[in-house]
Formats: sequence, structure tokens, C-alpha cells
Amino acid sequence: MSDKIIKNGRVVADDRLTVSLAEGEVPADIAVPAGPVLVPLAVWQARREELLARARSGEVGVWLAAGEDVAALADDLGLLQIVGLHFPKFTDGRSYSAATLLRTRYGYQGELRAIGQVLRDQFNYMTRCGFDALQPQAERYTDEQLEAAVASIDDFTQPYQRSVKDPLPLFRRVERGTGREVQQ
Amino acid sequence: MYQYDEHDQRLLDQRVAQFRDQMRRHLAGELSADEFRPLRLQNGLYIQRHAPMFRISVPYGHLASRQLRKLAHLARSYDRGYAHFTTRTNVQFNWPKLEDVPEMLAELASVQMHANQTSGNCIRNITADPFAGVAADEVADPRPFAEILRQWATYNPEFAFLPRKFKIAFNSAAEDRVVLRVYDIGLDLVRNEAGELGFRVLVGGGLGRTPILGEEIKPFLPWQHLISYCEAILRVYNRWGRRDNLWKARIKILVKALGPEEFGRQVEEEWANGKDGPNTITAAELARVSAHFAPPAYETLPAQDAAFDELLAGNKAFATWVKRNVRAHRQPGYAAVVLSLKKTGTAPGDVTAEQMDLIADLADRFSFGEARMLHEQNVALADVRRTDLFELWQAARAAGLATPNIGLLTDIICCPGGDFCSLANARSIPIADAIQRRFDDLDYQHDIGEIDLNISGCMNSCGHHHVGHIGILGVDKNDEEWYQVSIGGTQGNGTTLGKVIGPSFALDEIVGVIEKLLETYVELRHEDERFIDTVQRVGTEPFKVRVYADRQPQRKAAHV
Repeated sequence: MSDKIIKNGRVVADDRLTVSLAEGEVPADIAVPAGPVLVPLAVWQARREELLARARSGEVGVWLAAGEDVAALADDLGLLQIVGLHFPKFTDGRSYSAATLLRTRYGYQGELRAIGQVLRDQFNYMTRCGFDALQPQAERYTDEQLEAAVASIDDFTQPYQRSVKDPLPLFRRVERGTGREVQQ
Repeated sequence: MYQYDEHDQRLLDQRVAQFRDQMRRHLAGELSADEFRPLRLQNGLYIQRHAPMFRISVPYGHLASRQLRKLAHLARSYDRGYAHFTTRTNVQFNWPKLEDVPEMLAELASVQMHANQTSGNCIRNITADPFAGVAADEVADPRPFAEILRQWATYNPEFAFLPRKFKIAFNSAAEDRVVLRVYDIGLDLVRNEAGELGFRVLVGGGLGRTPILGEEIKPFLPWQHLISYCEAILRVYNRWGRRDNLWKARIKILVKALGPEEFGRQVEEEWANGKDGPNTITAAELARVSAHFAPPAYETLPAQDAAFDELLAGNKAFATWVKRNVRAHRQPGYAAVVLSLKKTGTAPGDVTAEQMDLIADLADRFSFGEARMLHEQNVALADVRRTDLFELWQAARAAGLATPNIGLLTDIICCPGGDFCSLANARSIPIADAIQRRFDDLDYQHDIGEIDLNISGCMNSCGHHHVGHIGILGVDKNDEEWYQVSIGGTQGNGTTLGKVIGPSFALDEIVGVIEKLLETYVELRHEDERFIDTVQRVGTEPFKVRVYADRQPQRKAAHV
């Protein structure tokens, strides 16, 4: 099984820990391990001062659950170098909109990582919405499968829509033929 | 109609390749049933009662003759020789093999067809007025806008995993022919006082378990903003629509919870960020797409035709068909023809491979090579010379496609129901069949006049029973099939939801119930009053009283 992730279209090793609040745990009390971590929004909000320096260095990042409003991070996006967006189930599409908003409305430039139930069949849509790091659950793919899955990012090469990856819709991006020319 | 350029075709080919690989990995055990499920659904593939069901998209109902021939070919090669036309202008096959579907998709792609997003919690096939471009009461042609929005919705990365399915329709005429108010987004093409084109935007309509009619959130949206505004609606819904309960996940529940005004305000707020951005539709793009829908090369014909009038006067059967199945056309000397897929003895909307081939031939001979699907599960040839009507009628009649029952009692809207669909609580085809057989007499049908009878096999309401003048809904009671009857629903401009008349009925009671409803109508009707007019005038009570008056007591005991 692979503990690697895909970053900017390449499989790379990654040892960042995702910290979660177990039931009954309080953001102020939990231990934030040393080394690279992603902490929940509630932990970040409760302990911002304490974690600030580690956030600036990129060691600490923040992840948002699917229902959490990205606006909560608006003021911190200039200093954060990594933000995670969680997919509780791969069929829960809220984080696609969250990613789009982070990249466009809020101008976030750092690493945007998809975490949770992240599957290769959604890689194309995820990267188009602005995710540059894709972290499937460690048990889901073997290293070989993950290498093969990189190709999924390019399932659609010239999509119709405007998205984070393609700032212009197809009708502004390419020259398309008029009806009369293509009609046989 | 719209013809793909290399970009459309490449995208579709990439989709076929993507699904072929997904199917391969699924069959190899690399993709679990749960992981595969939304992928196959977004490619039209259901696992059903007897076999997979494969639902093909027909954008805004337009079919070229070569596409019809391809469907006929698929019916012969991969299915049992027929297909089913649905209320959402999709085409369904009920007997394909799972592993054949990628190849069927490849065949479809060769004629610019697909099964994109015909199921799953995503933006589904977009519908529009079936008489677009030919109806006299049209404001403007909706098809260029429907096509532009189809492209925006197709493989849209942000909106593929919505809380629930999402359906969009366009109305473009004085008379609503798409049931606009039962859509998640209803786009009503209008002109403002300055004569500019735009949309009155409705949201939050839907049938199903909780039927709600859509409410207006914007009286006039200039057409240039169609994409950015729809994107704002979808984004608000995708972020804040409920995901905790399948039955409360449609946008209508969110709109109802917030109120249309507050929902509209949130959309405006979101839209303020995207308005006038790159999603603004350019005049050049509208012109490019519109060119695909330029009127065909009509001949200049006289409005009157003595030979045609003579045929009409001399042939009662032909005249009856013309009266029921032929519609006026804005071009002098032309007419729009509705071919009926509602012949008694055939499941409503079912069409054989031979009939599809024949419709393709008729389209080529008489209607510029195009046919259109209606949400009432019939097929129209929209551009027929009146002088060709007699020949067309003869050919259609020989193939069982000329039953003169459009808008009448046996022109039943009916979902496949429990015979095929694994969602259904009860069978619907046997109900339609029993009603068609009992009331097959055309003189009787013409006496009863226009009436919409709609049947759904479950609360998902694919048979639009809520908006039938008479609606029949299959319900499950202790593993038995029962049927709830409502009256007073209407589609069209004054769309209303029907009212349930009382406790449900057993299958073998239904024909008797319909008889009593019609008897009551005949007794109470004023001159020139349709069934629905009488119901609206006198209310449901007299109908209710008659139906339940002499009902067998054991039936009552059996089901409350």
C-alpha cells in the first residue's frame, strides 16, 4: 500500500500527518505533533498564536471539513502554505466548490491538498478545481496503481468549462468553427 | 441541429475511453461496486431488476435520422429489439449486458451521441420546447442557449457530486410545453420592455416525494449572463444543500427552507463575483451556436392547398389524424406532425428498432432528416410539407405510429415501473395497458376530449403523475401493489399539482375508477369543458363521492 501522494502531477513521498479531533477531544488540549501536520480548522482557530511560526514555515497546514466555510480562513491565506480540503465520501462534492473559491475568490496560491476519500477517478475534476496535491487514503492504492493513476489527471484535455485550471471557457480559449462550416 | 466540432468530439471520445478503463478496472476487481456506482450512473448505466438499464441522453430532444438508425442498431445488436423513450427525452435500453456498455458508448459517440450525466447527482439532460423554431408562439429559439448550457454542464468539475440530481429546462413560448415549474432551474426565455432577450429564472421545482413548484428568483436575466448565473445557483446549492437525508437533498428543499427571496439573495451575492467575468456569453459564441439551428431550406408554399383539403374532406381517418396529431407551423404550407408511441397493446414510449428505422426514413423523406422527442413520450417530425401529410400518414399508420390519440385518454404518460425499474413500488405498464384496452374506442376518446393521464410506479414520479389531469401513483403496502389516484393536476402555463382523492386501489380496480371519474365528468360537464375544466369548476368532491360510493367493503378493509 502506498503512503505517497500526487503533487503537481508526480508521485512523491509524503510524511505529513493529518490531525483529527477524536470524539470528546478539545482543540485547546490536543497534542499537535512535531514535523509536518495538517490541523483541523478548530485547532487552528484556538491556537493560532502558538502555531503561527510553524504555519509560516509550511510545517503546519490547516484542513477544512466539507461543511466548513472557506471564508473562515480568508485572513490567513497569505501566511498558510498548505491547506487541506476533506472528502468525507468521494460522492460529497462540497470541497470542489471550496477549492474553486479558495483559488479564485480568495486568491490562495499555496498547496491545496485533497484528503479523505480521494480516488483516481476524480483526479481530473479535482485538479481542474485547483487541487495540486492529491492524497488518497494510504490503504487504497499500491505504488504501481498510484503511478498508473497519474494519467487520470488528463482524462479531459480541453474541457468546455472555465475552471481554476482553465481560466477561460472553451469558447474564449480556442477558435471554434461556425455552424455553417461544420455542417455537412 | 448542433454538429460537433473537433473539440466536442475529442471530449466525447475521451469520455468513452475513461469509462472503458473504469469498466475494465471494475471487472478486474480494482474498482469496488460502491466506487464504480456513481461513475456508471454518470454514464447512464443502472443495475436494474432483470439486467442493467442504459439511459442515453438526447439533448433537448433533437435526433438526426442517422442517430435514430444508430439507436435501432443498438436495439438489435445489444438489446431485445426495442427501446423506451422517457419523459426526460432520454432513450432507455432495458436488456444490455454490463460489459457491452463501453462499446455501446463508442458506437453512440460515432454519431455524436452519449449517455453523459443521465443519472447520478449531477446536472442531467437539459430539455427545451419540442417545437422550438417552428412554433408560432415562440419568443426566440431556445436551442442555442440549451446547447451552450449543455456544454457548460458536461463534465463540469465542480458540480459532478451535488447533493442530488439536478434538472434544467427551457421554455421559450407563450405556452409552456416543458412543465417549466417542475424543474430545479426553469429558464423562461422572455423579452424585456426594451425588446432585449433574457430569462425569467425559476428555481426549486420538482416532483418526487415532495412535489413543489418552482418560484421566480429573477424576473429578467440578460442572456449574456446565463452561465455565470446558473453557476451561482449551483454553487450555493452544492455548498449548502442538505446531504444528510436523500429525501431532503434536492434544491427545492433548500429553497423552501430559506425562502425563494433569501435563496435569490444568496445567489445574487455569489453571482456578483462571477458576473461580467469570462463566463459571460459573447455575441460571437451565440452566433456560432445559433448558426447550427438556422431554419432548414423551406420551400415557398401557398397557405392553402386544394388537393390537401380534398383529401381531408374525403378521408375521415386521415382527417381525424390531422386534427389530433398535426400542429400548426409558422412557415406557410408546413406542419408539425406528432407520431404516437401510444398504440394500445404497446407500453407507452416503447419503440421497436424497425419503427426507429422507419422514423429515420420518414424524417429523411419529409422533415429535413430530423425528429424530436416530446416529454409526453411521443416523437415529432417538425417540418413537414402539408402536401406530404397524406403519404406520411399512410407510412406511419402501417408501422403503428399514427394512432390519432395525441392529448387524448390513451396518450398516457407512463414510466417503465415495476416490470423493469428497481426503484418502483408497483408496476405501471399493466395499468396503462388495461386503461388503453378499456377505452380503445376512438369515438369515445374523442367525446371525452383532451385529458392527461399520467402514471408513475413510485414517488420518484418519472411518469409525472402529479401534473396529470388524472394521476396514478404506485405505492407499496405490505409488499402488495396499490395505486393512489389524484385528479386536478395540470401541466402548461397554469401548472398545478393534483389532489389525491382517497385511499388507494388494487390493480384490478383501476379501470373501474377511471370509468367512474369519466362518467362523473360526462354528467357534470358544460359544453366545451374539458375534464380538467370541470374538475376545476366543481372540485374533487363529486368525483370522490362517485368513486368510493359503491366500493366493495373488503377492499376498504384491505387497505386504508
